[in-house]
Amino acid sequence: MLPGARAAWLAASEHLGNPSSLHASGRFARKVVEESRESIAADLMTRPSAVIFTAGGTEANNLAVKGLYWQRQQVLGNNEPLRVLASAIEHHAVMDPVAWLGEHEGASIEWLRVDHDARVSTTAIAESLAAASNVALCTVMWANNEVGTIEPVDRIAELCREFGVPFHTDAVQTLGQVPMNLGALGADAVTISSHKIGGPFGVGALIVNPVTGFTPVMHGGGQERDIRSGTLDAPAIAAFAVAVRNAVEHQVEHARHLRQLRNALVKGVLATVPGAVLNGDPDLLDGGRLPANAHFSFPGCEGDSLLMLLDAAGVDCSTGSACTAGIPEASHVLLAMGVDEHTSRASLRFSFGYLSTAADVDRVIAALPGAVDRAKRSASSRSS
Amino acid sequence: MKVLVAMSGGVDSSVAAARMVDAGHDVVGVHLALSRNKTYGDGRQRGCCTLDDARDARRVADKLGIPFYVWDMAEEFAEAVIADFIAEYRLGHTPNPCLRCNESIKFTAVLDRALAMDFEAVATGHYAQIVRGPAGPELHRAVDPEKDQSYVLGVLQPLQLAHSIFPLGADTKDVIRAEAESRGLLVAQKPDSHDICFIPDGDTAGYLQRQLGSLPGDIVDAESGEVLAQHDGTYAFTIGQRRGLQLSRPAADGAPRYVVDVEIGSRRVTVGPPELLDVYALEGIKPIWTTSPLGEVPVDLLAQVRAHGVPVPARAHQLDDRVMVELLVPIRGIALGQAVVLYDGTRVVGSATIAATTRAA
Repeated sequence: MLPGARAAWLAASEHLGNPSSLHASGRFARKVVEESRESIAADLMTRPSAVIFTAGGTEANNLAVKGLYWQRQQVLGNNEPLRVLASAIEHHAVMDPVAWLGEHEGASIEWLRVDHDARVSTTAIAESLAAASNVALCTVMWANNEVGTIEPVDRIAELCREFGVPFHTDAVQTLGQVPMNLGALGADAVTISSHKIGGPFGVGALIVNPVTGFTPVMHGGGQERDIRSGTLDAPAIAAFAVAVRNAVEHQVEHARHLRQLRNALVKGVLATVPGAVLNGDPDLLDGGRLPANAHFSFPGCEGDSLLMLLDAAGVDCSTGSACTAGIPEASHVLLAMGVDEHTSRASLRFSFGYLSTAADVDRVIAALPGAVDRAKRSASSRSS
Repeated sequence: MKVLVAMSGGVDSSVAAARMVDAGHDVVGVHLALSRNKTYGDGRQRGCCTLDDARDARRVADKLGIPFYVWDMAEEFAEAVIADFIAEYRLGHTPNPCLRCNESIKFTAVLDRALAMDFEAVATGHYAQIVRGPAGPELHRAVDPEKDQSYVLGVLQPLQLAHSIFPLGADTKDVIRAEAESRGLLVAQKPDSHDICFIPDGDTAGYLQRQLGSLPGDIVDAESGEVLAQHDGTYAFTIGQRRGLQLSRPAADGAPRYVVDVEIGSRRVTVGPPELLDVYALEGIKPIWTTSPLGEVPVDLLAQVRAHGVPVPARAHQLDDRVMVELLVPIRGIALGQAVVLYDGTRVVGSATIAATTRAA
């Protein structure tokens, strides 16, 4: 955790009060929460009333997807199944609630296709919005967590406004990486999470358009504008606000630092590992890709062997998402991009954080060619 | 030495991993995910690949401070073990899936992959011993006769044995449990798994019926030729079986009847008195030799045809790619597809799949 965030957490934890209580310690906790709300709103250029605290990104995404869907049904005054537009490369925390609406509420889901760089087509979205009037919501992530591709969310938000369809974007990956002006974006719901920016785990927020209605997913004490009941975790929220402030204030220099390291890694890997392929937007300078993200395929390798070998060499990387048992799965993102299943399993993501150094990059480049070589041998041992 | 330990999440492989760490090896734990249909255990089912088992294995690895990974072997397992199991039953044979799993998955797919990744050996929690002999590594029975698993390892070849370690073979199960307890491993009291891991409810006949469908036929008396009952599929019967025949009429002499024959073509299951089950000789195919081939001169050995069967004196020799085994003491009820494992004292000589039996002395 960021030292400043930890300090804020400790300071707030000394005054244990329920922000909903009316006594002195309750008032103190309430003050901490409201100041944090104002701080986060100011940093993201929106109003404090837009900030709905949750217990993390997954909860915020569930609230956005289900809350908007049910609200739309309520407004229309019937229980007719509605349509949901969602990109095919969403994080599971969006994809699964959307799929759940399809399976349990009869929603008809349109998974928006992406191109080889993992980008949705705004033309196709415009056509889908125009094709039917019963779209309950459209959700497209701000940037993809696996391959780092930044999506055209400004244009999608604009299209959705034009058709009167609520727009949600999962910005968990984006905060601190690219400039975020939520007032200008004008989305109906934006998900952010604390732990991705050096704040504590277990806290996040849905930044909403206060005039857009949300049917609550959790019912109870009516906290957070009756949208999200549950006692607020004041120390975590205070630390979250410090982390958001840090992410936004240092975004430009942070992104420059990350981009420099990332570009050195991409250059080194493509030069030293025969056959390595960079996935996602190839533009490494700006705009199209998260600065901290590098994602490669190593055709002929086995992804989990590669991960094990790099792990042994002290390099942490990720094969995308792992299922509950810890088995790396073929990434739905890569499959949606048109990568075949075999290559998809032979793919790794490297991400950088504020503690990453040029020496880390050198270590990866030194370890990777040998690891790829052995992972290829291990793959051929399995197919023989 | 770089050692990969296959960790099921049970007490045996957990202690095996701990012993490898104590021996000073560079140990990595791997849990094999053998099924794509992931379920949480309910505390009663005792398979070996539920999500809870994966979690148990991970917690043991945490405790030992070793890296831990899950390897997805579901595809290989489905093909080499489950499909083979069903195909064998379709042919009226009685396969041993644990043996196939050791042969194709644990000591082939896993071992090959480990070697490719520069591991020198794979250790497992099997109860068996490897002794370095003059002609190479020898596979021997475990000290604990109750737990001895040398039978299901009888499919290992010299190269596989050379890269395998069985750290538990010299101890009894009680010692292993006590050791798990004193090491503070949470799995110390976990029950042993006995069932076929992909049939966790233990209902093999029900499983086969779902896989193979209903294939009704007659149950016939061996002596009178009379049709006694109908059945839903020959796969529910194995030679030597006595239970579950559901015959409405007892035999003329009131003695229990056993399955003495299963014919796939006519779907006829024949039942009769136990004397008809005595096997005096058998013929094995696809022999595997743990150190060196048997040769054409008959040798006095011991033969065992079930995982927990009693070994009997036998005389065996090789004839081309077959193994001819004369049983000096007859074994009652041998089904085709079972493996015969030959022992020289406690040493495993090799194994073969039983393709024919002789019942008349």
